[in-house]
Amino acid sequence: MATDQTFPLDPPRPRALPVPPPIGETVVARWTLVAIAGLFLALVLVLPIAGVFTEGLRKGIWAYFKSFGDPDALASIQLTLLVAVISVPANLVFGVAASWAITKFDFPGKSLLITLIDLPFSVSPVVSGLVFVLLFGAQGLFGPFLAAHGLKVIFAVPGLVLATIFVTFPFVARELIPLMEAQGAADEEAALTLGASGWTIFRRVTLPNIKWGLLYGVLLCNARAMGEFGAVSVVSGHIRGLTNTMPLQVEILYNEYDFVGAFAMASILAGLALITLVLKTFLEWRFGDELAANRRH
Amino acid sequence: MSIATSSGRGGAGRRRLVHGVLPGFGLAMGWTVVWLSLIVLFPLVALAVKASGLGFGGFVKLLQDARVQAALELSFGAALIAALVNAVFGVLVAWVLTRYRFPGRALIDAAVDLPFALPTAVAGITLAALFAKTGWIGGLLAPLGIEVAYTRLGVVVALIFVGLPFVVRTVQPLLADLDREVEEAAATLGASRLTTVFRVLLPPLVPSILTGFTLAFARGVGEYGSIVFIAGNMPYLTEIAPLLIVIKLEEFDWVGATGIACVMLAISFSLLLVINLIQAHANRRS
Amino acid sequence: MEIRIRDLAKDFGDFPALFGVDLDIRSGELLALLGPSGSGKTTLLRILAGLEAPTWGRVFFGDEDASATSVRERRVGFVFQHYALFRHMTVADNIAFGLTVRPKAERPSRAEIARRVQELLDLVQLPDLARRYPSQLSGGQRQRVALARALAVEPRVLFLDEPFGALDAQVRKDLRKWLREIHDRTGYTTVFVTHDQDEALELADRVVVLNKGRIEQIGTPDEIYDAPASPFVFDFIGDASRIPVTVEHGGVVVDGRRLALPVEVLGQGAATLYVRPQHWTIGAPDAPGALAATVAGTRRHGVSRRLDTTLGDGRAVEIDVPPETRVAAGDRLSLLPTRWRLFFADGAAAAVAPVRDPGRVAAS
Repeated sequence: MATDQTFPLDPPRPRALPVPPPIGETVVARWTLVAIAGLFLALVLVLPIAGVFTEGLRKGIWAYFKSFGDPDALASIQLTLLVAVISVPANLVFGVAASWAITKFDFPGKSLLITLIDLPFSVSPVVSGLVFVLLFGAQGLFGPFLAAHGLKVIFAVPGLVLATIFVTFPFVARELIPLMEAQGAADEEAALTLGASGWTIFRRVTLPNIKWGLLYGVLLCNARAMGEFGAVSVVSGHIRGLTNTMPLQVEILYNEYDFVGAFAMASILAGLALITLVLKTFLEWRFGDELAANRRH
Repeated sequence: MSIATSSGRGGAGRRRLVHGVLPGFGLAMGWTVVWLSLIVLFPLVALAVKASGLGFGGFVKLLQDARVQAALELSFGAALIAALVNAVFGVLVAWVLTRYRFPGRALIDAAVDLPFALPTAVAGITLAALFAKTGWIGGLLAPLGIEVAYTRLGVVVALIFVGLPFVVRTVQPLLADLDREVEEAAATLGASRLTTVFRVLLPPLVPSILTGFTLAFARGVGEYGSIVFIAGNMPYLTEIAPLLIVIKLEEFDWVGATGIACVMLAISFSLLLVINLIQAHANRRS
Repeated sequence: MEIRIRDLAKDFGDFPALFGVDLDIRSGELLALLGPSGSGKTTLLRILAGLEAPTWGRVFFGDEDASATSVRERRVGFVFQHYALFRHMTVADNIAFGLTVRPKAERPSRAEIARRVQELLDLVQLPDLARRYPSQLSGGQRQRVALARALAVEPRVLFLDEPFGALDAQVRKDLRKWLREIHDRTGYTTVFVTHDQDEALELADRVVVLNKGRIEQIGTPDEIYDAPASPFVFDFIGDASRIPVTVEHGGVVVDGRRLALPVEVLGQGAATLYVRPQHWTIGAPDAPGALAATVAGTRRHGVSRRLDTTLGDGRAVEIDVPPETRVAAGDRLSLLPTRWRLFFADGAAAAVAPVRDPGRVAAS
């Protein structure tokens, strides 16, 4: 007879015997693995960052800040900003155009195009600089033409910008393509049937969907643009106050045994990297489902 | 933006090759192709043309040069060792980060990307300072007779730093997606934990581990900034291939520089191809 | 292998997934754990298999207290809802897995393993698919492979979690019949989880109905269907109409009219009368002691015709009649239940005492 079904919560129940965790590593194995990973990461990641700031502050906070008073140091900061301000938007526009063409349309040769866009990632930074020297250097393809017209690309700002655009070429496109691929073209097609023009569709339908992914790509692109060393080193000629970006200034100071100056400058770049990481992590945490990076890296 | 509308509609209508009803194909595709050609393809072709000036005999002679050989060997050898180390520790780190919950996990997860974000020159001088005999780590290793800075070991250390994120980030999402039921199935069938890990969990990850390994390797071969400060750059001993390119360029030996660059490019493009093949194979399986 | 479960409870944080579960599973029977999602049925199965540790209580396999043994030591076969086949292994390797991971001393020879694999492939009727990979199989085929893999270790009990949940309707039906055959042939004690009442009633020897972490009823399919022990079971299994009534002086009163039932109902107060569509007799309009109803519409329902009728207060009652019955919308009828259950507001079933027909036990 199904009558009184109120169940007693009160009487002491027999406790189950301590059971080994049904699935997974033992507690010891688990913490050993965490410890190994932690130690490895501390060695590889934490120490270097700590090292930058320690070395920069070795001779005290006064010497640290004094090193930024050097006009060459200031010039290098300005130049780095200038290069980033030109090359990041250039890649932004390219990235959006390429992703639009690749994800909203079907055409033969699409995967080849994607591979070609990724190409600069597999080119050594030094080679990335070298190709522009071969084009625009004194003995280069356009060297005589440029010399005749009094134009300078190599050992000048245009060369730095070109090399930077080359090495940061894939960043924005790489983030946007998988994201827009996953979103498909249905929203845009709906807007089209409602009579929206191409520009309106992009601005009011596509852009809101990809804005965080775009920001993510721009963030990584910018970090690389400001920090690039190998490629700009080849095209810069290391002219103090004129063609030295911050990473190149770090090199020069270091080679001149001005360690405080070198690490002080490096600490700004390291700070930039940390800010990038924080913003990146925030974007992943807050807008994770609107970023392609979470689905594949 | 009437251009976008008209050119897109025309493009899609005229050529049946392009499918898609949205406007803007002409403009977007045109910009993509032009920009890609100007910035990436044309310079790379120019490099190939310049290298062809070397001729086959010139290439052979270049590759027979002992200094070039030593540099290429170091770049590839050190990259290989570093990529192997990163493959092992990368899987371990990815495992710990996806499987366990412990204080500081999110912080460590974010920190893994540090080598991507930190400018290579900064990494270079910092590693050099850390591993010098007076540095924090170098000071500890010196009594043991281990020298890192200004040796080949230093090159490997720098490349481990630079390549760390690749394996972690390629393996991590797959590890997170791994079906919990599969582990439980192995356990009900009587498999020990170790057997489960090595026979059930790791095999499906092999393509992504290989991909991460190859990416780290390719990056290591071309790496410059983080190495030049710690390597000491002694010809025949601790001089890497990218540095030799820079040196040849400074000596106005453009052809020599181009030749080495071509060898490196050829190899990194082959690696790119390998990655694509691995991915294609892995996609077929699942 | 018989399994006894004693006072089992499982909390996930503050959420009690199971409590006060006592259950005896008989050796060789095919038992269904039936319930809606969140009822605790899968948790119970996973605790039995050792994939989850209970918060309280014990599980005995025969006389052995299994609570202290790990999943590896329990020697159970578990078939997962999504099959959980090893993607990188062939069908044959999947099935052989449980044998190949044994310590060397207990491991059968290579030839013996191959023989066993082929035997199992024959049993699950996939003799030619040994070399395929799971991705090359259909859902039904994967399920068969998963079962073969579980059987390969000669488990003491077989557990299946929603074994047909992810399959098409037709494949489900075929596999249901096939699973029953395999069970009858191999004789394994088998427990499966399902949310599909048809599956449970058709396939199982006994059905355990779970709701919100506790057992509502244990019984044969007939007992569960014909004599649901609680309003929940009545609602969950089969169709039923619910009619609010009052119990007064041993009689059931609806709209002030006392129903002419052959029993005396014990108790007093508001209650709900549960009747299945096929358990009504239809009489001429305004028959005394019966419910007055008006036909709102009729539709074909499987082998019978279903009438949608409304009572005086507008409450809908569904009735199944033979398809040749001539009724039309607007007809007036009188209704009397032939089989029914009465539950008071607190969920307790009303007890009845026989009045005219002492042999009747429908409402006990």
